[in-house]
Amino acid sequence: MEERKLDERKLREVALTRDEYRVIVEALKRPPNDIELGMLGVLWSEHCSYKTSKPLLRRLPSSGAAVLQGPGENAGAVSLGNGWAVVFKIESHNHPSAIEPYQGAATGVGGILRDVIAMGARPIALLDSLRFGPLPESRRHFDGVVAGIGGYGNCIGVPTVGGEVYFEDCYAQNPVVNAMCVGLVRASDLMRARAEGTGNKLLLVGADTGRDGIHGAAFASLELDEDSSERRPAVQVGNPFLEKCLLEACMDLSLTDAVVAIQDLGAAGLTSSVAECAGRVPGAGAKIDVSRVPRRERGMTPYDVMLSESQERMLVVVRRGREADIERIFETWDLTSAVIGEVTDDGHLTVVDHKEQVARLPIQLLTEGAPLRRLVGLPPEPAPALDLDALPPPADIGAALLRMLASPNLCSRWPIIRRYDHMVGDATVIPPGGDAAMLRVKGTKVGIAMTTSCNARYCHLDANLGAQLAVAEAARNIIATGAQPLAITDCLNMANPDRPEVYWQLEETVSGLAQACRSLDLPIVSGNVSLYNESAGGAAIYPTPVIGMVGQIDDYDRRLQAGFKHEGDFVLLIGSSHNDLGGSEYLKVEHGMVAGRPPELDFARERAVGKLILAAAGAGFIKTAHDCSDGGLLVALAECCLLGGIGMRGPALNPEPPLRIDAAFFGESPSRFIVSAPSRATPELQSLARRHHVEIALLGMTGGDALELEGQLKLTLQEMRDAWEGGLEGSA
Amino acid sequence: MKFGVVVFPGTWSDRDCGWVVDQVLGAHLQYLWHKDTDLKGCDCIIVPGGFAYGDYLRTGAIARFAPLMESIGEFADRGGLVWGICNGFQILCESGLLPGALIRNASLEYRCEWTNLVVERSDLPFTSQCDEREVIRVPISHGEGSYFADPATLSRLEQNGQVVFRYCDVEGRVRPSSNPNGSLHNIAGIVNSRGNVLGMMPHPERCAEAELGGTDGLKLFRSVMHSAAQVLTA
Repeated sequence: MEERKLDERKLREVALTRDEYRVIVEALKRPPNDIELGMLGVLWSEHCSYKTSKPLLRRLPSSGAAVLQGPGENAGAVSLGNGWAVVFKIESHNHPSAIEPYQGAATGVGGILRDVIAMGARPIALLDSLRFGPLPESRRHFDGVVAGIGGYGNCIGVPTVGGEVYFEDCYAQNPVVNAMCVGLVRASDLMRARAEGTGNKLLLVGADTGRDGIHGAAFASLELDEDSSERRPAVQVGNPFLEKCLLEACMDLSLTDAVVAIQDLGAAGLTSSVAECAGRVPGAGAKIDVSRVPRRERGMTPYDVMLSESQERMLVVVRRGREADIERIFETWDLTSAVIGEVTDDGHLTVVDHKEQVARLPIQLLTEGAPLRRLVGLPPEPAPALDLDALPPPADIGAALLRMLASPNLCSRWPIIRRYDHMVGDATVIPPGGDAAMLRVKGTKVGIAMTTSCNARYCHLDANLGAQLAVAEAARNIIATGAQPLAITDCLNMANPDRPEVYWQLEETVSGLAQACRSLDLPIVSGNVSLYNESAGGAAIYPTPVIGMVGQIDDYDRRLQAGFKHEGDFVLLIGSSHNDLGGSEYLKVEHGMVAGRPPELDFARERAVGKLILAAAGAGFIKTAHDCSDGGLLVALAECCLLGGIGMRGPALNPEPPLRIDAAFFGESPSRFIVSAPSRATPELQSLARRHHVEIALLGMTGGDALELEGQLKLTLQEMRDAWEGGLEGSA
Repeated sequence: MKFGVVVFPGTWSDRDCGWVVDQVLGAHLQYLWHKDTDLKGCDCIIVPGGFAYGDYLRTGAIARFAPLMESIGEFADRGGLVWGICNGFQILCESGLLPGALIRNASLEYRCEWTNLVVERSDLPFTSQCDEREVIRVPISHGEGSYFADPATLSRLEQNGQVVFRYCDVEGRVRPSSNPNGSLHNIAGIVNSRGNVLGMMPHPERCAEAELGGTDGLKLFRSVMHSAAQVLTA
């Protein structure tokens, strides 16, 4: 009886179920010892094993002509066609950030950087996607996370060039903190974390191993509850300085031919790192001696060493006999490195402490053995319907626009952006604050556009359509810079999938993503799933499938930005507007409602509009382009004015029925852009639009210091700026 | 003309400075490792931005003890050109090559943004290509860039004309509202009394090409290019 009780406690500690335990005993034909149980616990956690989402994720398209590396490695990679490859991945650090905002966010950045470094690439940019509860209540989360992202990124010298932040009640207990890293590498130097070659050595480099972060992966796979703050030891502490040295040393590794593979130590530490690296090579195994792992503190057990999530560590697989060459490189950067084991051919991960064997598990059991959970989804209650006829028209359009501009979800992000070094690297040719950022590939004319995007309110109202819209909007952000979208990394942040309605949301999200990716010809090359983002109190986050996207322009001198550039240019709306007020920010700000159905997305139209913008940009017909979505037409126009410091004047806008005036001004119909074009190019632009079967409408002309629609609206840039720039006031 | 760019562990503007020297300016570039002592015949030593040694303890507090810093001190004593940018400025202050200190920004937050600087000395090897009182646009990126010195040091700096750059508005007016970090007297950069050691918080290496938003920084690199030889032979 006593022993059975102990077992239950142990299982809970490693977050394994009784059924999973039985599978383990069956596979091993013996009960696992404590260390083995701990190792299996972390690797079979949702965070590492994807046991709930894996059957669904297989539906996502991941191949394409330019794809050099799809999912399954530390990060995805896409060819830029000129010998360079762009490497990128997004990852969540939601649970740690909820408990310890600064360190949670900082180590999220540190972890995603190492994923890109492990591919042999130099990180060139960071982006993030953040969700909090409303301010000022969620100030602790917001301030801590923003400071943590800056603290790590600024110190390591990788620019933070983009991101998004939204505030909604559902994130009050469970903030969403996703970090994306983009790196560059010569395609021929792309590394893969495969433990090839029996007898090759496993070198652990970087930080010493401490007790921090033990059971972090398991923690990330549970709902937050009142005990969560007691899990603070499961949150790691970041050291960006050490990671900077690690980064430079890893870049130097490519100068030798002694390295077989590099693998990040992230969730589940050494256990996962070694198992994953060996798991990618059929039949490979590994033997490690925990006594050789450099430690931060005394009295650590083999269990502690195997499960520690100490940050800033990498595993390097080195050709046998070449260890000294590699150790010398790390020594130059004053980094500790230690040979802790070697690659074997027995398909097992064997752990010894000096001479004594303390664990021995089949690699495949660790990496692929977790029984997949096939859950059942049930549609949730339908979202509250929206009765458009019951909505009064805006009484004062100017006043409504000012309130919209001041909304925390739409206002200027400058108070955040300026806390991040977004320039280091001398490559940022489109700074943050517009649609997508762009970095140049130094020594070429190639520009890489990058963005993160997701309107989770849409996903809440319709998970499938919301996911489609997230992909489409990310693509428009890229296209607005004149770049061609290339590929996606996704981070699916969801509530507890054990609830049928959440699992249903996950299924719908994946199917929406898959459809959008196929329709827009965009592969997903890397990604991450974060489940259990809900609290014991029952507060579940909206389905939040964050889309990270990169695109390419062959000559960045042709890049476009959102802000108006010259006085006297024509301002045109490309695409058509409908009564798309469902789920809009206008509905929330002006009517206090989250209701209706998100805008319909017509992929044929989306593709046509995108092609038109790229053709017009390539031909030099347009000088600026801005995606017209969140907040609708007037907010987008105001942004064009504010970002460029130039006003706009046009005739009153009288929508033709059935288009309503509030929908015309604030509706969020997708597949639309606002462009400005020199007057002489406008006829050509209009005929180009006709050829693409895309609607185009002249809105007015740039100039002056106000946004004016004759007789309808007149706001000075200063009035709009005061509202727009003050939206996060007292919060940053 | 040979530029030496210092690399400490944690330095990150080394590659940007190197890029400008090598690719934009077309001058000779030599990276200098913090553990070495040989300055390898460089004519101008750039101590670039970053977080040398993680800026643990205090910015620049550990970097000043690097073997290379001793050589740089001797080089400066001989009249060699030493140019500290951002973290480099902090390190030069810690090393005693420049007076004063850089403390936490008044906002208590990191700031990365464009600033306007009025050039108060255009007779220096670092600024000879600028006009007298020219306003140049150069970005900052720091959390601890607020210049501080005791009143006596400050008045000596002002009397000797050692303030080279001051944060100002577009028109060149030095106003509290144009001060991004709380620096005393809006000081963005100073020079030693001999005129061969410059420290500045803004990053000229980030604005040497139009695609990065401006080219005013290139003027400073060009100035050094033209002037260095003259100073060394004087």
